[in-house]
Amino acid sequence: MMRDSLFTISFSVEDTYEQDKKIVTALLSVLVVLLLFFGLQRLVEPKYADDVPEGNFTAEYYDETTEHDVLLVGDCEVYENIDPMYLWKQYGITSYIRGNAQQLTWQSYYLLEEALQYETPKVVIYNVQALTHGEPQREEYNRMTLDGMKWSKIKYQAIQASMCSGENMLDYIFPILRYHGRILELNQNDLTYYNKARKVTHNGYYMRIDVLPVSESDVADTEWLFGTDTEEEEEIQDPWEEIEGADEALEDPWGEIDGADADEAQDSAADSTTKEGELFGEYPMEYLDKMRRLCEANDITLILMKAPSLAPEWYESDNRQVEEYAQKYQLTYINFYDLLEETGIDYETDTYDGGLHMNLSGADKLSKYLGRVLSEEYGLADHRDDEALKKVYNEKYTFYLDMQEKQQEEIDTYGEIRSY
Amino acid sequence: MFISYEFILFLLMVFILYYLIPKRFQWILLLAANFLFYFSAGTWYPVFILFTSMTVYLAGRAVGALDEKLAAYDAAVKAGEIAKPSREEKRLYKKGINTKKKRYMLLCLFLNLGILAVLKYTNFVIENVNVVFEKFGRDSLGYADLILPLGISFYTFQAVGYLLDVYWGKCKPQKNFLRFTLFVSFFPQLIQGPISRYADLSKTLYQEHAFDWKQVRFGLERILWGYFKKLVVADRLNIAVAALMDDPEYYTGAFVFVGMLFYAVQLYADFTGGIDITIGIAQVFGIRVEENFIRPFFSKNIAQYWRRWHITMGTWFRDYVFYPCSLSRPVKALSTWSKKRFGMPVARRIAVYIATILTWFATGIWHGADWHFIVWGLTNGVIILVSEELAPLYQRFHQRFPKLAAAFGYRMFQVLRTFLLMCCIRLFDTYGSVRVSVRQFIHMFTQWGLHPVTRQELTDLGLSGAEYFVAAAGVLAMFLVSMLGRDGSVREKLSEKPYLVRYSVFVLLFFAVILFGSYGVGYDARQFIYNQF
Amino acid sequence: MDIEEIKEGILAILQELHEDIDFTAETKMVDDKVLDSFDLVTLVTELGEEFDVEITARDFIAQNFNSVDSLAQMIARLLDE
Repeated sequence: MMRDSLFTISFSVEDTYEQDKKIVTALLSVLVVLLLFFGLQRLVEPKYADDVPEGNFTAEYYDETTEHDVLLVGDCEVYENIDPMYLWKQYGITSYIRGNAQQLTWQSYYLLEEALQYETPKVVIYNVQALTHGEPQREEYNRMTLDGMKWSKIKYQAIQASMCSGENMLDYIFPILRYHGRILELNQNDLTYYNKARKVTHNGYYMRIDVLPVSESDVADTEWLFGTDTEEEEEIQDPWEEIEGADEALEDPWGEIDGADADEAQDSAADSTTKEGELFGEYPMEYLDKMRRLCEANDITLILMKAPSLAPEWYESDNRQVEEYAQKYQLTYINFYDLLEETGIDYETDTYDGGLHMNLSGADKLSKYLGRVLSEEYGLADHRDDEALKKVYNEKYTFYLDMQEKQQEEIDTYGEIRSY
Repeated sequence: MFISYEFILFLLMVFILYYLIPKRFQWILLLAANFLFYFSAGTWYPVFILFTSMTVYLAGRAVGALDEKLAAYDAAVKAGEIAKPSREEKRLYKKGINTKKKRYMLLCLFLNLGILAVLKYTNFVIENVNVVFEKFGRDSLGYADLILPLGISFYTFQAVGYLLDVYWGKCKPQKNFLRFTLFVSFFPQLIQGPISRYADLSKTLYQEHAFDWKQVRFGLERILWGYFKKLVVADRLNIAVAALMDDPEYYTGAFVFVGMLFYAVQLYADFTGGIDITIGIAQVFGIRVEENFIRPFFSKNIAQYWRRWHITMGTWFRDYVFYPCSLSRPVKALSTWSKKRFGMPVARRIAVYIATILTWFATGIWHGADWHFIVWGLTNGVIILVSEELAPLYQRFHQRFPKLAAAFGYRMFQVLRTFLLMCCIRLFDTYGSVRVSVRQFIHMFTQWGLHPVTRQELTDLGLSGAEYFVAAAGVLAMFLVSMLGRDGSVREKLSEKPYLVRYSVFVLLFFAVILFGSYGVGYDARQFIYNQF
Repeated sequence: MDIEEIKEGILAILQELHEDIDFTAETKMVDDKVLDSFDLVTLVTELGEEFDVEITARDFIAQNFNSVDSLAQMIARLLDE
């Protein structure tokens, strides 16, 4: 009897030991796979450190330690044309741009909704250019805008609203499924920026200090804004055509990363902008309404703006629709096309790509005007005496000056900006 | 169809449910899964498969009932319940029953092969009629707008095989209609086969399956390996193959040879990979599906190749076309007649020749309604006949030089020769046009040096150096696994290794598929080459 | 015709096909691929003629063709019917 029970006990101890070993092995096995999975996932995710910094914009917002009085949402017409550092230096206004390359209206809405989880600004400025896009445009722009968002219900909704045909939610949940092809194209930057992406913006502003006068580029057709071109101008345009290739780089910022593949995923109706005389689509208008209501609910002033880009053409019909909308809901609409004289925008010196986007000089001119409106008409406070803010913004300003210097160095060395 | 997140999720759900529900409902779950799968492929597809299931099921039952009637008659005679009939009476009774059986069988065969023929070949016929019409200056006919249900060639063949097996008394008819439908529509093999025999598949299809970790693990390993072949090798090479086939005028000479090799690898990786996934899925459910490939590229001659490549299709045509045709009365009569007329050597050949050519014509047209498939099939048939004729010559040669015949180098030569020969025949399929294929074949020799295969030219085909490297590594992996599998299951061997080794192999394979596979946005999940057939 | 006579007749036909094989020793002529499909077709035609029986697809299964014995049994059965 004694022997028996002893035997049983020793046996069962061994049994549990085996059992435990099995469980530990299973857990370890799963753990290793998960670690590898997420480790490799981060490895193949684009770091946007070389030629397409636009992919890093969305995530940089989460690094902010202080709140902002103004949030700007929209596409390149905000993040290249308004300079929050200028607003801070000149007016003491704190602002942040939640903008991305071809950020569509619904994406602006969700990025705003998400930002409101962190802070409640006094003013939200929406750049209306994206209203001309009635439906999801290109997969790669979606990715650049949405990948950086932290996971939440809002991100899920934003993806749902943005997916082009052929896209799949799983590709967003597990980006490795989307970017696995990059495993064959990894470079040093994928290790350098493995843990932390390269910081590229100044409160969402993408700085460029170089100049490409409109007269030396054929990217933009200025006729619709200024009337017929002179023949002389056209002659100057030609030699640049082949050297610059600026439009190529703009059209396909992912060329290097995923070239042909990304093209296939884009919606067949990729360029579904409104034509002259057409109404904006229901889809963007629905989200503009949502944005307006969201602001109302949070007691935020919504301002509409339109940057003075030479292309794509801002049709009279587009403008009228925005004006009507602003009037209907008593919103301010700042149309910078009408303010070329006040702001002093000169397309020969204030743009870096022949009229599409402002360079630092142009952005500061627009910011100067905007800052005056915000402080004078909306009474936004000057925070320059706030010690805590001062400390944060001094640091930002150092980075800001540093980047200007480095860009200048590159222009002096190579004749162009290469790493920004 | 196998390459989509939806399919993998679908599989996962069916898999979990399969082992959660009471075992006696497992086959019903599979049936439901079949129809969900088939419905999602095309709203109307289930109707077609149901029609085939129903007609073949009924014909099978009718034939079975007649067999039973005959058996009962025999038993009654033996027991003395009815007066012993004369030999003539007995023969007549039997003949009456057999005529009825034949009628049911033929009607059902006609219906099902008829549907297949109409859906698959109507436009091919119209196209050819139009060519003739044009010659005589008549207006051409319009094309019919027909749908071709996914996998119809496969499930029709599977059902027809069953019907003939029942007719010949080789298997008992299935009495449960739903169970029979499960056999016809079993989803993993719906897309590209294998074409299962009822006697084989029914052994495990309807069984109750307890969760068996080893089976499931083996199944998962097989699936993963299939995805590896398909995604890492086949779909990657497909880019280069498409570029080569797209511009045959430019990619001539040595590039024809390159294309031949690439296509061989791509087709092998794609097709065997797909079959690996199929068999693996079945295995996860505890169901055994017959193998469809046994290292075909190691074959020493073309007849052997066809016994090792797409085996279930080859045996299908052998059992249901080749033999019935060569044993049919007219063919037999013809060979008897020719024996009298031309002697034994001709008579021996006549049945085989007729049956071979007919079989390969059918094989060709089964692959697709196009002349290049027919020519491809016939070329295979002719080469098989020629090598059959040459067989005695080889034999004498091997007898005279037994050492040489046994030498490794000579066996390598045979394998290589067969591989290249098959590559050449496959040109018809590669280029999809008889004229272009023949021209490219000739140019391969005459324009060999026209422009050399350089590194730059190869990258221009759409694959980077790194991608070629990945494809090459994949080919090496496939080669090594084939070599390992020559004397027994690779997975059995693997499962004898320590856990850490097994685990590492699995993890390695998993991440190889995830990272190096050509899938996802941009790689519009390429359809398996074979499911157009 | 008794079974031994049948066997002799079968052997003669088989020997005509492949003179170098000892068919009396073979028990898996089909399964081991001693006879390929061409041989089988010829064999069926020859048998049919020699013994005046009709071998149909129904009888055409591997078991019946694996050895001289099984072949003889099949022929005997067909002759009986």
